[in-house]
Amino acid sequence: MIIPRLQKQRIIEYMKQGKRFDGRKPEEFRDIEIKTGISLNAEGSASVKIGKTEVYVGVKMDVMEPYSDGPKEGTLTVGFELSPMASPDFDMGPPSIEAIEAGRILDRGLRESGFIDFEGLCIKEGEKVWGMYVDIYAINDAGNLMDAAALAALVALADARIPVYDEATGKVDRHQDRTDKKLPLVKEAMALNLTFHKIGDKIIVDPTREEEQISDYRVSFACSSHKGKPRISSIQKGKEGAITDKEMETILSLLEVKFNEMYEHLSKKIFKK
Amino acid sequence: MENNRKIITPGETIVSGEEFLPGDGTRREKEDIVAGRYGLADISDKLVRVIPLSGTYTPRRGNVVIGEITDVLFNGWLIDFGGSGSGFLSINECERFVNKDELQETFDFGDLIVAKVIGVKAKGIDLTVRMRGLGLLEGGSIIKVNPNKVPRVIGKEGSMVNTIKEAANCEVTVGQNGLIWLASDEIENEIKARKIIQFICDNSYVEGLTEKVKEFAGALK
Amino acid sequence: MTTKKESSESTYTKRFDGRKFDELREIETKIGVIPEADGSAMYRSGKTIAIAAVYGPRKLHPQHMQNPQTGILRVNYDMMSFSVPDRKKPGPNRRGQEISKVIEWALSQCIDLESFPNTVIDVFIYIPQADAGTRVAGINAASMALAHAGVPMREMASAVAVGKMDKTIVADVCKEEEDYEEGEGATDIPICVLSRSKQIALLQLDGKISITELKEAIEMAKKACEKIHEIQVNTLKGAK
Repeated sequence: MIIPRLQKQRIIEYMKQGKRFDGRKPEEFRDIEIKTGISLNAEGSASVKIGKTEVYVGVKMDVMEPYSDGPKEGTLTVGFELSPMASPDFDMGPPSIEAIEAGRILDRGLRESGFIDFEGLCIKEGEKVWGMYVDIYAINDAGNLMDAAALAALVALADARIPVYDEATGKVDRHQDRTDKKLPLVKEAMALNLTFHKIGDKIIVDPTREEEQISDYRVSFACSSHKGKPRISSIQKGKEGAITDKEMETILSLLEVKFNEMYEHLSKKIFKK
Repeated sequence: MENNRKIITPGETIVSGEEFLPGDGTRREKEDIVAGRYGLADISDKLVRVIPLSGTYTPRRGNVVIGEITDVLFNGWLIDFGGSGSGFLSINECERFVNKDELQETFDFGDLIVAKVIGVKAKGIDLTVRMRGLGLLEGGSIIKVNPNKVPRVIGKEGSMVNTIKEAANCEVTVGQNGLIWLASDEIENEIKARKIIQFICDNSYVEGLTEKVKEFAGALK
Repeated sequence: MTTKKESSESTYTKRFDGRKFDELREIETKIGVIPEADGSAMYRSGKTIAIAAVYGPRKLHPQHMQNPQTGILRVNYDMMSFSVPDRKKPGPNRRGQEISKVIEWALSQCIDLESFPNTVIDVFIYIPQADAGTRVAGINAASMALAHAGVPMREMASAVAVGKMDKTIVADVCKEEEDYEEGEGATDIPICVLSRSKQIALLQLDGKISITELKEAIEMAKKACEKIHEIQVNTLKGAK
């Protein structure tokens, strides 16, 4: 059902008073639940819940030839499936523009942050490198799939163990158990994804589906930590509305606040081992 | 009366015997009355039926529903009431005379209306707003609930919905299709009403619900 | 005189995981795993996990696809890319499409589609982790999800993958068994049995089997499906 006008108006009126339908404040996140190892055939896997929004992520690895512009670097392919099971609004068929955009935002966040040490994925320069596939599936869409997906990708990567590489065949030996070796990840470069939406006169985080549908615009930031302060490695503004200078300031302040609140805490949870 | 209702699954025999009559959600197979859906099996006076716990809204004549205007036609409006069909409100079913040029001014895309079901056909339902209490909804907000919980939200002769209105100090209009309209000058009251309605839905088959609801509402700020 | 081994003895005398021949793997079930859907359920058999979501009856677009005489059931089965050791590229493939169709035919037997003309019931089945028997796990999850969604159903559907390892008939094949190569090798037989009428709504086979052995396999499947149905009923009733 398309959001009725009176509902949209009410959400905006509530927002003017700093209130949301579910009782949260504009800057409040729902509870985040993280689980690892949800798929044993994956090299690494995770499920993340933010409120009732849930995603599954699996990391698969395979040995391949490097690209010509990166002879000693591994490769990364990120996919985001907005599976029709997750929402009455998702259709069957080829990826929608929403899914494509989301997948690319996630890809940039992972790639630009330096979280993955691509040279650490080299097996033999110019010949063999590890190719990583990170596939995210939406399970239940109660809003903010973006942040859930980005977080889940980090968890799955940290959970991953490298499979056995058989030098004789030049292929992965899937009959053997995986090694104990983790992926070459740079913990400090872990990129936390935070998406902000503008509704009425407020900037909010962690939108519900209704809030996502009526917001004027959204901006997603991927931030890692540099000397304890947020370092932004990717930004994407989406939807039509335009950002005023004042709003930009509000967003960046809120970004710093949420970063301080959430980054260390999540990093510890993800890298506990 | 609710004690003897048990959860039943499709294909299960509810009861056996020639004297029983198969009601809603059941069928007769020789001796047996068989469940035709997931729900609560209810036997009263030899009539056996299954009360649904879930499932999309099935419109019935006389139901009051809340729906959104999705199309303005030359002779009326199309309404989305969340079911699997469409609702049609004819230009002749309005309270006052509406000119063919004024259709969009009367009810526009995105407007919400309260209407009554006057006819149910294969392709959809026919609605009317030609009664007091029906028509355009202005202001307020809506909440969607499982249509099968609506009887609990309304209560016997409206007792539960009155409890909500008093406790939250909020206007409440319940559509049989699971859409509920809330309106109060104070936003806090609408939030309170939401929480109470959510509580009712989460505890719909608990005994002594009215008391528990009053307790819950009292505990809210 | 030499006795012909193949006339009576099978090479598969003990199952890899120690189960009895008619024993099912450990089963775990849950309903309501996808709150946005009208109905949803998870079904796990050993290491195979299936999640099913049901939407509907709902409007079918585009309008010209609507059928005024009956509702339509659409099933979409898909394995998540990381569910198998060798990554499966995301997106539909032929195997998935075939499986979607046979599952759709099976489930359609349970539902009174004629009571929802012009509408569609969408069933989505995803496999996050696969260890053989994914389509039958999918049916078991979907059957619970349909009931949970309040769809009027005549009865429920339960399914199991029976196998023949050389000459031994077993219930609920795991991946290791699927790859068995001794003697006559592995024959895979997914079967779906309806809960009340006991009719067979899905039947597939690949391998080698005699008529006697097939009858034995069907018998074993019916007994296994009874057990599975009981678990599905208990899950819906909230018992564990």
